Formats: sequence, C-alpha cells, structure tokens
Amino acid sequence: MKLRNFYLASAMAASALGLAVPAHAADVKQVQVLHWWTSGGEAAALATLKSYLAKEGYAWKDVPIAGGGGAAAMTTLKAMVAAGNPPTASQILGYYALDYAKAGKLNDLNVLATKEHWDKVIPKALQKFTTTNGKWDAIPINIHSVNWLWINKAVMDKIGGTEPKNFDEFIALLDKAKKAGVIPLALGGQPWQEGTMFDSVVMSTGGPAFYKKAFVDLDPTALKSATMKKAFDNLAKLRAYVDPNYAGRDWNLATAMVIKGDALVQVMGDWAKGEFTVAHKVAGKDFLCYRFPGTEGTVIYNTDMFAMFQVPADLRGAQLALADAVMSPAVQSAFNVIKGSVPARMDVPDTAFDMCGKKGIADVKKADAAGTFVGSMTQNYAQPPAIATAYTDVVTKFFHGEIKTSDAAVAELSKAIDAAK
Amino acid sequence: MTVSALTPVPRARVSLRQRLQNALPKLVLAPSFLLILVFVYGFISWTFLLSLTSSKAFTNFHFIGWGNYLKLWTWTFERDPPSNWYTAIVNMGLFGGIYVVFCLSIGLGLAILLDQKIRGEGVLRPIYLYPLALSFIVTGTAWKLFLNPRIGLEKAMHDLGWTSFHFDWVVNPRMMIYCVAIAAIWASAGFIMALFLAGLRGIDGEILKAAQIDGASSFQTYRRIVIPMLRPVFLSAMIILINLALKSYDLVLSVTGNNPGGAAELPSTFMYSYTFTRDQMAVGSASAIIMMMTIAAVMIPYLYSELREKSR
Repeated sequence: MKLRNFYLASAMAASALGLAVPAHAADVKQVQVLHWWTSGGEAAALATLKSYLAKEGYAWKDVPIAGGGGAAAMTTLKAMVAAGNPPTASQILGYYALDYAKAGKLNDLNVLATKEHWDKVIPKALQKFTTTNGKWDAIPINIHSVNWLWINKAVMDKIGGTEPKNFDEFIALLDKAKKAGVIPLALGGQPWQEGTMFDSVVMSTGGPAFYKKAFVDLDPTALKSATMKKAFDNLAKLRAYVDPNYAGRDWNLATAMVIKGDALVQVMGDWAKGEFTVAHKVAGKDFLCYRFPGTEGTVIYNTDMFAMFQVPADLRGAQLALADAVMSPAVQSAFNVIKGSVPARMDVPDTAFDMCGKKGIADVKKADAAGTFVGSMTQNYAQPPAIATAYTDVVTKFFHGEIKTSDAAVAELSKAIDAAK
Repeated sequence: MTVSALTPVPRARVSLRQRLQNALPKLVLAPSFLLILVFVYGFISWTFLLSLTSSKAFTNFHFIGWGNYLKLWTWTFERDPPSNWYTAIVNMGLFGGIYVVFCLSIGLGLAILLDQKIRGEGVLRPIYLYPLALSFIVTGTAWKLFLNPRIGLEKAMHDLGWTSFHFDWVVNPRMMIYCVAIAAIWASAGFIMALFLAGLRGIDGEILKAAQIDGASSFQTYRRIVIPMLRPVFLSAMIILINLALKSYDLVLSVTGNNPGGAAELPSTFMYSYTFTRDQMAVGSASAIIMMMTIAAVMIPYLYSELREKSR
C-alpha cells in the first residue's frame, strides 16, 4: 500500500515538473502546437502547415498526443493550461474551445480577422465556435462531414446496385449485398461510430428542421417524438446488416473491409477517405462517395480548429503567423486534399480536390446558404460533451441490445440528456 | 560506564552522533512523507472537495452538497436499461472476483508444481513470469486479436477442421468482461506464482520431513501445513491483485475496443471518462471517492486482522 502510494506520488511529482517547464524567451520564432494528428495521412496533412511556417521562418515545436478523438490530448491540454503553461495553439473540437474562451484562456485574433475578413469566408455556423463575444480566438482548418456513404465500386457493380436516394432504397441495396454474400455494412461497434451513424439516420428520418430542433435546441417534444422513435427503428434495421464481429472494431478496420471488398459500404465521416487514399484507391474508379440516403443537400459537420492560447507578449508574433498560415488558402487547400476533408474557407478553389472533395466543397456551400449546415451531435458540434456522450451512451446501448425497444430508447434519451444538463 | 566517566569529552561527541543517528531516519523519511502527505492525502481531500461542487469541464467551487453522490446512488439501482455506474459496479464484482480467485489458484498451483524439484525449472519460471513484462495495452490488444472470431482462435479451429467451434465472447458485449478477466489473469498469474514460489522456498524443510515421518500424504502436507504457512504470501498477493483489479483501465479499453454498448464499464473507466472526457468532473470525483471508500472497507479489516495476528 505505502509503496504504491509512493510511486503514485513520485509519478505525479514527475509529471507536474515535466509539464511546468516554462517557454524560453529565446524561442520567439517558434510555435508550440498540441495535436493528435499522428496517423499516417493526418501527419502528412499537418506537414503542409509545418513547411509553410518553416518558409515564413518559424520553427514548429510538436506536442503530439496520440489517440484518435483527442481525449488524451484534451486531458494534457487541461493540465498545461492549469499549470499556466499553455501551448501557442492546440487542435481543439467544438465546445472545448468555448470552455477555454469562457475561462478567459484564449487570445484575441481580431487584428488578423478584420484585416482578412474571416467573417465573410467562414460559414456562420462555425463562427459560433471560433468567436466569443465578437472576438476571434480559434480558427478552423477544415470541415468534415459525417453523413457520407463509402462504397466499394467493384462490389457495387457486381451486385448491380445504384445510388440509394432514401432510406428504403438503402435497405434494398443492403439486402442485395447480403444476397450476394458480402457483408453489407462495415461498422465498428464503438459508441462514437454508432453515434456518428445515428446522426445521419436522424437527419434522414426527420430532415434538417427536426434534427436542429432535437439536437441543437434539445426540444423535449422533438426528443420524445414519434420521429425520434422512427429513427431508432431505422437504426435497428441497420443492425441486421453488420457482420457478427463488429463490436469494438476500430473505424479504420471497418474502412479496410470496404477497401478490400469484404464489405459493401461504410457510413463514416470523410476522414475515411484518407484510408482509401493511403491504399492508392481513386474516387469514382475504385470507390464511391454518396451522401447518406435522404440527407442530400444537408451537411452534418464537425471541424478541426486551432485554439490560440494566452501566451507571453514576445510569442504573440509567432502565434499570429501561425494563425495566418492556418487561414491561408494555400494551406487550407493542400492540407485538406490529404486529410480528406474540405477547406473551412469558402473561397478556396476546388481544383486540387478529387471527385468526393469537389462534391464536399459544393455541398458545404449549398448547405451553408440553405441553412442545412448543422453540427454533429456525436462529434460535439451540436451539444457540449456531457450531453453528447449521454446521447452516444443511449445509441450504443440500444444498438447492442441493452436497451430493448425504440420506446425505451426515446424515454432513456430524454432522461439521459436531462441528467447531463 | 567507568570509561565515559573518565573521559567526558568523547562522551559528548558520541551523544551528538547518537542524536544525529536517531534523527537520521526521520530526516530521510521526511521528503517522502511530505510528498505522500501532499500528493496522496492532499489530493484525496481535494477530490473529495470537488465531489461536493458542481464542477464540469473545469473546477469550480460552487458547492451543491451531496447531489453528485445522490446521482450515483440512484444510478446504482438502475438496472434496465443499465446505467453506466450500475454496469461498472457489476463488472467490478465479476471481474475482480474472477481475477483474484483465478490468479491465486493458478499462481499457487503453478508454484506447487514447479516446486517438485523438476528439471528445467530455470527455463519454465521466466516463461510463466514473462507476461508481466508486457504492458497492459499490448496484452489487451494481443488478446483482442487472438479472441476475435474472424481472425483468431475461432478461425484457427475452423481451419483445422473443427467447424462447430464457437467462441465469440470478445465481440459479445455481455461476455466481454470475461475476456478482460482472461487477459488479466494471463498477465498476472505468473507473477503470483513467483510470489508463492518464494514463499514455498522459505518453508523449512525440516517441517516437511517431520510431516513425512508422521505419515502425512503430500496432499495433506500441502493442505494442512504448507498452505497455512503461506498466509503472509496470500496477504501480499491479495493486496497486489485487488489493487491491480481496481485500477485496470488500459486493459479494459484495449480488449473491448472502447467499451461498445457501454457493457465493459468499470469504476476506473467510469471515473476517468466522467472526469476528463464527459465534462462532469464533480460526478467523476464522487465516483473516485466511492471507489476509495469501497477499497478501504475491504482492505482495512483484512489488513487489521492479518497484521494483528502477526504481531501476536
């Protein structure tokens, strides 16, 4: 017991010391960036930003915290900020940025923002997360959308399938695949993946107005409505098309099943495209990208942002240079071509992008104009983490049969969200 | 006495040295005592304080009384659908029980078998001990792949011709926790074996010989003499195992693949996710305090009875 305590104490002491190393005044031409882009494609995408900054004469001090989704990175960031030693900037998602902004930990970027007219080129919906009280304190580098189908073209041709336009056609297509003996739906049975798929199912079942009412406004009647029940029923239908070994599978392994032709389709955000690219597959030739059936014209987004922290005055120049680099059209294009997402700036030309990227860029513009550009519930862009995780809890429990009926799921959803508020 | 009376000066010197010698243990222990005071007990109090607040993503000191404990208390009885906390507690009981019992019995069994003066013991011992050298992430990932029906054990059996073989626990949320237990037992049984082996080696051979002369069978010898004499080893093994079971975190996540269906929740994963990723720090703190109270409720009586016996 004592020995363990001592180890614990010394480990904590060591980590506290490690985090408290102050920034050196000599490194004014250096940016320290915390992020979790450590996988092959992600790291390659980030390298475009690094080399841009290097050309401007700024050194990049990497603080990578591996772990997709960034849970570990967020914990580290919290510790760094609490210790009074924040990085120059950190990759950040949705409401986490607002939390730091509210706590007064972020720096004002309005000098650059007004000069470069960011408010004109960034979708209004995103500005909710990048500005606080009219002050820019975070900047988006990309827009991901989650309502995509990724389809193996060879399998699709073999079974004679066509693009499904609504949910029933989707089920018919999955049936065809099942008859042909391929796994119809490649799914990784982890809470966030099931939640991400359910975001699309809700959008498909209820449309953008319902989605907004239920998930953005948390309207209790919408959450308990028959439409929500129908969405859960639709989700239950999809359960019949996954292979028996889906529980706990990582998302990229599910993507690999589609790439190899073991499975027909995966419902996943456009980061899945990065896996196809790494496997040297070409959009339109080897794989197809369609919007989730019944969600054409809407985009359920999440976005990767950099939050700019309060740094000593002598590091301010480097921080602004980083912000300028992230927001430069050149970096936004190069970064997103590799990452699989689309630029956060609406004025970046789509020439360098493949078929899916071009469609993504056009869809975001259309959805932004039509007001059907909405945040992903699962990815923390509709609600803060406490509520978003309560939501994924219910979805995953329902999908794995812990919650047995859609009636119970709807009741449980309202209850869980209330408890998390 | 007489010498010191004759030479008073060296006597003073000796007493100074003696005083220093007396103080030395305290001086040496002071830093670690201070560290433990701050980093263990200080942080326990800090966690307790947080559990009474409404802290979400960051700490705040808006005290709301016992609200968070009340929340956990109601969750304790939510069985259908199971709340995360309910699942965590049930899984802890299942996992902890299986883990401790199997580790002790397998460890003891292996130790007794290895203690039969067999050839090649030097080779066998490290083989059993080796799993402990692997980190839990590696252990968990390896077992996850090994138990996966599509690529692991089940497929191998099918390839060998045993096509009716069916083993899908690792992808069945209801059975997942047993897979975590299997992996955990594999990882630590060898270590427990080493503890018991050391204990067995420490038993005086004369006693065993005496038992033999009295006509005790070897089963009786072990049952009546050896195992009771290993009691202190049981104590340390239990403390280590319960501690390992309570803090297993990486193993759970790596075997189950991020907790599908919320079915592989343990108090440790619950505490971490509520504190750090779900932005409900106060609820997480409350669960940490409850975990600590639970372990104290188990360990303190056990330690008390064992240690009192020893001092008698």
